[in-house]
Amino acid sequence: MNGKRVQTGRYFMMGNVACAEGALAAGCEFSAGYPITPATEVANRLAERLPQVGGAFFQMEDEISAIAAVVGASWAGKKSMTVTSGPGISLMLENIGFAIGVETPCVIVNVQRGAPTTGMPTVGVQGDMVQAKRGSHGDYEIIALCPSSPQEMFDHTVIAFNYAERYRTPVFILSDAFVGHMREEVVIPEPEKIKTEYRKIPEPGTDPQKIKGFLDEDVAPMPIFGRGFKAHVTSSCHDEYGKRNLIDISALDNFIRKLSNKILKHKEEITLIERDYEGAEIVLVSYGAVARAAAMAAAQGRKEGIPVGTLRLITVWPFPGEEIEKMARGAKHVIVLENNLGQIYPYIKAEAAHDAEVSFLPPRLVGEIQDPEDILRKIREVSK
Amino acid sequence: MSRTEILIGGVGGQGVVLSGILLGTAATLFEGKQAVQTQSYSSELRGGSARAEVIISEEPVSDPQVRRPDILIALAEEAIPRYVERIRSKGLLVIDSDLVKGAKPGDYEILSIPATSIADKEMGNIVVANLIILGALLKKTGLLSVESMEKAIEVSVPKKATAMNLKAFRRGLGLF
Repeated sequence: MNGKRVQTGRYFMMGNVACAEGALAAGCEFSAGYPITPATEVANRLAERLPQVGGAFFQMEDEISAIAAVVGASWAGKKSMTVTSGPGISLMLENIGFAIGVETPCVIVNVQRGAPTTGMPTVGVQGDMVQAKRGSHGDYEIIALCPSSPQEMFDHTVIAFNYAERYRTPVFILSDAFVGHMREEVVIPEPEKIKTEYRKIPEPGTDPQKIKGFLDEDVAPMPIFGRGFKAHVTSSCHDEYGKRNLIDISALDNFIRKLSNKILKHKEEITLIERDYEGAEIVLVSYGAVARAAAMAAAQGRKEGIPVGTLRLITVWPFPGEEIEKMARGAKHVIVLENNLGQIYPYIKAEAAHDAEVSFLPPRLVGEIQDPEDILRKIREVSK
Repeated sequence: MSRTEILIGGVGGQGVVLSGILLGTAATLFEGKQAVQTQSYSSELRGGSARAEVIISEEPVSDPQVRRPDILIALAEEAIPRYVERIRSKGLLVIDSDLVKGAKPGDYEILSIPATSIADKEMGNIVVANLIILGALLKKTGLLSVESMEKAIEVSVPKKATAMNLKAFRRGLGLF
């Protein structure tokens, strides 16, 4: 390793390591975390690599302080991230809500593991899918990406930083132990081929009283600390200037709606989907590593003459309901596959059930992604 | 064969995951093939169960999970009851015969290597028993070239251990 920020080359690399390298390639300068299986390799790599490029990694006393440090570093103008697994996210949730409320760009990597509670640390389960969206209190929108390979652990981490900076919001990577610990070919491009974004900040010298630094559906410039902007950053309900308002319900309504609409207004440009369902009567809907088993089953089904296709959610949040509805209009059967007991299934069913029969195929064992032969059996069953 | 599934079962400290990494590295970086390696282990670093899965393919690997291994490498007794039923029909079971006594004949071929005792006597270190097994596996199956595997060893193990690992691997190649 040459100590450069971008490790251009071809590797047989672990997903978690690729995630850390993606963070560096995206311009990450700060990370704070607390070790937890199966996410520790990301933290180890960041702890080794960030100091090589002038950044820093802090091991904190727990996950609560880890996310707090990340929020603080982001307000100091640094691209920041934390990495943990489900139990750590549970501890971080209050401060994640704070980050959303005061519009703090940061990346939160959840390498999901067998749960509830401490569960089974090295087994990958897609168990925290709704937690990312609904875990913290109140109405809010979140962005979440679901990688299915080490290459995507790299690519999606770059995208996550760009989304975080562009929309001034926390962005989740919802990986799992299976993908995080997976090794496969990873190609890291030349630095100039990696697109990186940085948040809007107010013009230097702007009168601090006149900065509208919050609650703009088209993303307000961020009055980061240390540049003379003097912003008031409060978790309480506030207006566009950051000024508290704890009495007018219209102010609360504005606070909630603007934060949500900032994501929803840009849903089309955020949403990433892989579509391979042209002419298909049966469509398999999945995300993460499960999508790879679905693709194999669909290819086999087509060989048998069954018109089966796939739709893969790369961004699960904001939920791309319109995309699901559009797909269902041309389908007869929609089969949802997740490595859990059906977390995103109700959302998909709500959009697809008007036009198609929707069913859920759980894995035989939660923690082991669906066997393509089991998927194929289900495809044959519904095609009759 | 366009897709070969390999499952390696043993206990922590035997180099189960390293064996998987070596096969995947050789295939991907030095042989122009595609490979996916995944792993699972219990929390104990040494002595707990450990499993590595490797899929080597001519084409990009879609399903990344080993389902019915073409090759099961059992480095510890407990791998037999846990995985032997999963071997594909006419598959290959490779055992370290010093540690695995309960392998019964079945619809698979058994390759029995006294790897731990060879490693102990000839290399003075039982940790390279897995490399002897890998050498024997390559000789038996031609799964990957010797050159690719040796390059993978050179880039994957610590410098001071390279010579011992290469020696063990070559000893495995020359076993039969």
